[in-house]
Amino acid sequence: MLGGVCGGLARRSGIDATWVRIGFVVLALFSGVMVLVYALAWLFVPLEGEDTNVFARAVEDRRGIRLVAAVCIPLLIAVQLVTSALHVGFVGLLGWPTLLAAGVVVLIWRNAGESERSFIDHDVMPLVGAGPQREGRRGLLVRVAIGVALGAAGIVLLVEGHTTAAALRPVGGAALVAAAAVVVFGPWWLSLVRDLIAERQARAMAEERAQMAAHVHDSVLQTLALIQRSADDPARVVRLARAQERELRAWLFEGRAPGSIGDDVATVAQGVGLLQRQVEEADLGIAVQVVVVGDCALDEGLSALLDAAREATVNAAKWSGADQVSLYAEVEAGAVTLFVRDRGCGFDPEAVAPDRQGIAQSIRARMARFGGTAVVRSAPGEGTEVQLAMPRRPGDA
Amino acid sequence: MSPERPRIFLVEDHAVFRAGVRAELGDAVDVVGEADEAGAAVELITERLPEVVLLDVHLPGGGGLAVLGGVHRAHPEVQFLALSVSDAPEDVIAVIRAGARGYVTKTISGPELLQAVYRVAAGDAVFSPRLAGFVLDAFTEGGAAVVDLPLDPELDQLSPREREVLRLIARGYTYKEVARDLGISAKTVETHVSSVLRKLQLSTRHQLTRWATDRRLV
Repeated sequence: MLGGVCGGLARRSGIDATWVRIGFVVLALFSGVMVLVYALAWLFVPLEGEDTNVFARAVEDRRGIRLVAAVCIPLLIAVQLVTSALHVGFVGLLGWPTLLAAGVVVLIWRNAGESERSFIDHDVMPLVGAGPQREGRRGLLVRVAIGVALGAAGIVLLVEGHTTAAALRPVGGAALVAAAAVVVFGPWWLSLVRDLIAERQARAMAEERAQMAAHVHDSVLQTLALIQRSADDPARVVRLARAQERELRAWLFEGRAPGSIGDDVATVAQGVGLLQRQVEEADLGIAVQVVVVGDCALDEGLSALLDAAREATVNAAKWSGADQVSLYAEVEAGAVTLFVRDRGCGFDPEAVAPDRQGIAQSIRARMARFGGTAVVRSAPGEGTEVQLAMPRRPGDA
Repeated sequence: MSPERPRIFLVEDHAVFRAGVRAELGDAVDVVGEADEAGAAVELITERLPEVVLLDVHLPGGGGLAVLGGVHRAHPEVQFLALSVSDAPEDVIAVIRAGARGYVTKTISGPELLQAVYRVAAGDAVFSPRLAGFVLDAFTEGGAAVVDLPLDPELDQLSPREREVLRLIARGYTYKEVARDLGISAKTVETHVSSVLRKLQLSTRHQLTRWATDRRLV
């Protein structure tokens, strides 16, 4: 549920994941050690399909460490100064571990896998009111007002607690030291913040590029491959090139993305039907056998699931050599699963060059962007099965 | 496990398709007769009592259902395997509920059809992926809440294992692959599938009858 540790353990051992989870929770209730074990496993066991663990990436993340140090160290000094000035040293003792833990959490967040990050963004951030969703201007005003009021009330209480005015002097001293820290460290902090913004922009651009690459792969590169394979059929080549040209123009000059399935239909079953028509009409010489169990309305994630499924189906049509591909979709309460299976030549998933876009971008990354997963099962001569799963957002029944 | 050269009977109104099936099955079976409409089919099947009848769902003279109705009760030992171009749930469900042991579409390959014939001759059930998906749909929890029918828990629910088997069949796995994937024997897979078929025929779940009654097939 959190880091997927129980699920992974269950898959390895063959025990139902629910039992593993129950076991973990019961043990955790009896001793805190289990919580630690869980956290360590999450840190050190790489995610399925990745080859580095969170810990290794966190240690590599120089900029992250610099950021955490820049925020934590001055903050720590400030806390120590204020608490010793007010003769409440025990608060300062608590400050150490709290800040350390906060720093580590930030590092982990920066280095978590995409699916974990989406879990944090969607499920944890709203709890602390810091989600990716924008809060309105009014919300911000209210928050700042409450903060200022609380701060003022705190200072009043502190002052009233010490009857003599002399007690104000250490507070004043602490404030001066804090101001000094701001003056000394300020430029450094600013540059760090600027760095951070630049990094975020770079990440957004990389994501944009990845999405664009996925689009180009799905349309242009697929068509070029088809044209190469049908070089001895000029009529077909012309047909393919025409269709691709129309689509590319629409995308570049009219801003219409080359048909995401979700644009044209409203439910999963309709989407699968459209996918079947599109692939069969694309002249790839393959029949798509479709079975759908249950149905629900589409959202962003489920549209991505359908687009990934279409990509998998087109791959099967192009490379497997089979004349039929089976597509099975099942809508369950918590997730939609989709299987694309062919009985063609198969391939060795380990041997695919890392720069090949198809599976990595068009399927895995596309699924991961919305918290879904993709597993490819194949071996030479055994056919191929792509297993896709996308969690359903609560509320769209 | 399967009888040598099962005796089969073809009921199909397209002569070309009949010839095609004969050619594909070749010497592996003994074709004891053919018919191209329901009335003649009932007469000839009752007379020759084949082991397996390959039955087209859409036929002149009352369709495949009329043939099933005319033969099945008097001769339950004659097994029916439905063949159709259609994969619509109402067709599938009507012939299965009327007693057919399996349902395959006409796009099936020769060797697969032969497998299906052997299986039906041995008293097992044959599920196409589509049929498996339909059964999963019809037996999904909450599906029967529409009416207050007293459901027989024995007949109106699939066991988790049966569900798993059906899911794999719906994904396009053969029985052999299902067995390998679940780590059970092919015979066990057949047992599960046969028990699902029994439930499908006897269950009182609303969904299962609705297709048929909607189209006045019952």
